[in-house]
Amino acid sequence: MRDYPQDKLLELYRTMYTIRRFEETVSEMAAGGLIPGFMIHLYVGQEAVATGVCAALRQDDFIVSTHRGHGHLIAKGGRIDLMMAELMGKEAGYCRGRGGSMHITSFELGSLGANGIVGAGLAIAPGAALSAKLRGTDQVTACFFGDGASNQGTFHEGLNLAATWCLPVVFVCENNGYGFSTPRSCHQSVSSIAERASAYDIPGETIDGDDVLAVLEATERSVERARKGDGPSLVEATTHRWHGHFEDDDDDYRSEEEKEACTESCPICRFEEACVERGNDASALERVREEVEAEVEKARAFAEECPEPKPEDDASMIFAGGDA
Amino acid sequence: MAPTATDTEFMTYFQAVRLALKEELERDPTVFLMGEDIRFSIFGPTKDLHLEVEPERVLDTPITESAFVGAAVGAALTGMRPVVEIMFADFITVCMDQIINQAAKSRFMTGGQVKVPLVIRAPGGFMSSSAAQHSQSLEALFMHVPGLKICLPATPADAKGLLKSAIRDDDPVLVFEHKALYFSSDEVPLDPEFTVPLGKAAVRREGDDVTVFAVSGMVSSAVSAGDALARDGIEAEVIDARSLIPLDKDTLLSSVRKTGRLVTVEEGCLTGGVGAEIVALVTSEAWDSLKCPPVRVAAKDQPIPFSPVLEAACAPSSRSIQDAVRSCLDG
Ligand SMILES: Cc1ncc(C[n+]2csc(CCOP(=O)(O)OP(=O)(O)O)c2C)c(N)n1
Ligand SMILES: [Mg+2]
Repeated sequence: MRDYPQDKLLELYRTMYTIRRFEETVSEMAAGGLIPGFMIHLYVGQEAVATGVCAALRQDDFIVSTHRGHGHLIAKGGRIDLMMAELMGKEAGYCRGRGGSMHITSFELGSLGANGIVGAGLAIAPGAALSAKLRGTDQVTACFFGDGASNQGTFHEGLNLAATWCLPVVFVCENNGYGFSTPRSCHQSVSSIAERASAYDIPGETIDGDDVLAVLEATERSVERARKGDGPSLVEATTHRWHGHFEDDDDDYRSEEEKEACTESCPICRFEEACVERGNDASALERVREEVEAEVEKARAFAEECPEPKPEDDASMIFAGGDA
Repeated sequence: MAPTATDTEFMTYFQAVRLALKEELERDPTVFLMGEDIRFSIFGPTKDLHLEVEPERVLDTPITESAFVGAAVGAALTGMRPVVEIMFADFITVCMDQIINQAAKSRFMTGGQVKVPLVIRAPGGFMSSSAAQHSQSLEALFMHVPGLKICLPATPADAKGLLKSAIRDDDPVLVFEHKALYFSSDEVPLDPEFTVPLGKAAVRREGDDVTVFAVSGMVSSAVSAGDALARDGIEAEVIDARSLIPLDKDTLLSSVRKTGRLVTVEEGCLTGGVGAEIVALVTSEAWDSLKCPPVRVAAKDQPIPFSPVLEAACAPSSRSIQDAVRSCLDG
């Protein structure tokens, strides 16, 4: 068992707990009609994946996110007040209210975009990695995608390209067992997604995605390899989606028992136990929770109060040269 | 008792789509459905349909638009009539090669050896902050591809009738349904032989002052604009395009010859849109009847924004149609 400084553990805990409380608050607000749109894909249950992966990255490394992207951005350092403002479609939001939940991102933080097109990021990530190589930096790109996305052509094309050109990409498959309503057994024939790495002659491993330290350590291995110039690898993190596919989803394709079973592997409860085992006292965790609660409340209040965007400003965002 | 030729039932647009699919699955053993999560069915038309027909004819696919649309081309070339669903019309971009280079051209390239009886259903249109990648109306892109037919049902009855014609047609047909119309309701003929032919427009409101040519979700906005204008004594004739390829030129041109004015309305963006083609057609074929320049109403030339305030400013509306008509008459 590797030793971690206490503050490192608390930092991981803070990130996971922030994601959890942010998402639960968004869920409540969505139910109350406060968040526009009906496709709000929440990250509850998957917190350890984004947290572990981003903790293994440098600030100047890139991530490529998905439709289920709030957790990725928080883990990469996203400010939850600006995120909440974006989800409410406000001018102060990260995308000035133009993107919303499915497109939430901050390039300044190295996030190359959440995405409404399943699988699109799998082709974008090798490009960011190629760019790092051409620019002569040692930046690594972590590419998040789901089990469902691993069936798109871009998965196979992206892995092949990255492997052939030896690009610094860490492909992170968040395997939550479902692509929307379709269970894995109905959408792919392989039992392990990581196995597919062998088709491109790159390393692939399956890890417990609800164990944040396991995610962190596996990502560190992959990042180190990529940074050294040894090329891409594939990490399959098995995890659980607690909510419906999106907030309006009845989720009637999963039994109540199955849904309850998801919560048995709570990445946050498991990490709390691990922290205590590793000598952290419970009151430190309690303090983090209180601070996070206050921060989430503040973020919500900020977002509710800030102004709406103006249609006349749209034109300046279409082309880089400004108004066409 | 089997429904008679005149029986109708009040139902939603998505139920009408379902009825068409079910009737055609029952009528023709070569018809089958494919798409992502279609047994679950986000908008309802195919929910649990596999329980009502042979389950292997309602196939949930992996997330792999290029492969399942390509597979539909392969099946269509070899004697089947696949009906595939693209969950949101925006995702059609993922399988453009299979549609544009394969489905549309297979017959011509082979000197007419084969036919490609393939239907692609895809819901488009604005709906409650779905943002840039889930809101588009891409029909105009496909008007530029010879070999494809395109229809856009705007009512529940047409949702049934046009889809049935598309399935029975021997060519690839894109049926752009509309997300926001799925839950609208009206009377729908129950006769299993009821179809609405491709290439036949419908006059939804009669009038002598201006022709309003509307597409898909904009038909009802055009009719309500027409009703509002009538209170000021302006009588608009609203034409529901129904099909873009083939296009019902006769209905369009004879209306413009009567009114002398044309406004086109669509949810796709302005530049290179449906309206551009319609205006070009009318100016070249009915120039002498025009009393004023035609006006196009469309979405703004920009990606569709998420914020409800911005989305509303980007989309065409009953209000913008009324303004366009007034500008025609004032001009
Ligand atoms: C190209 C494309 N096809 C379909 C969809 C609709 N869709 C959105 S998310 C999703 C399921 C994705 O599953 P997975 O990759 O496992 O991610 P998860 O939702 O489980 O996080 C589907 C089918 C889409 N957005 N883009
Ligand atoms: Mg999944």
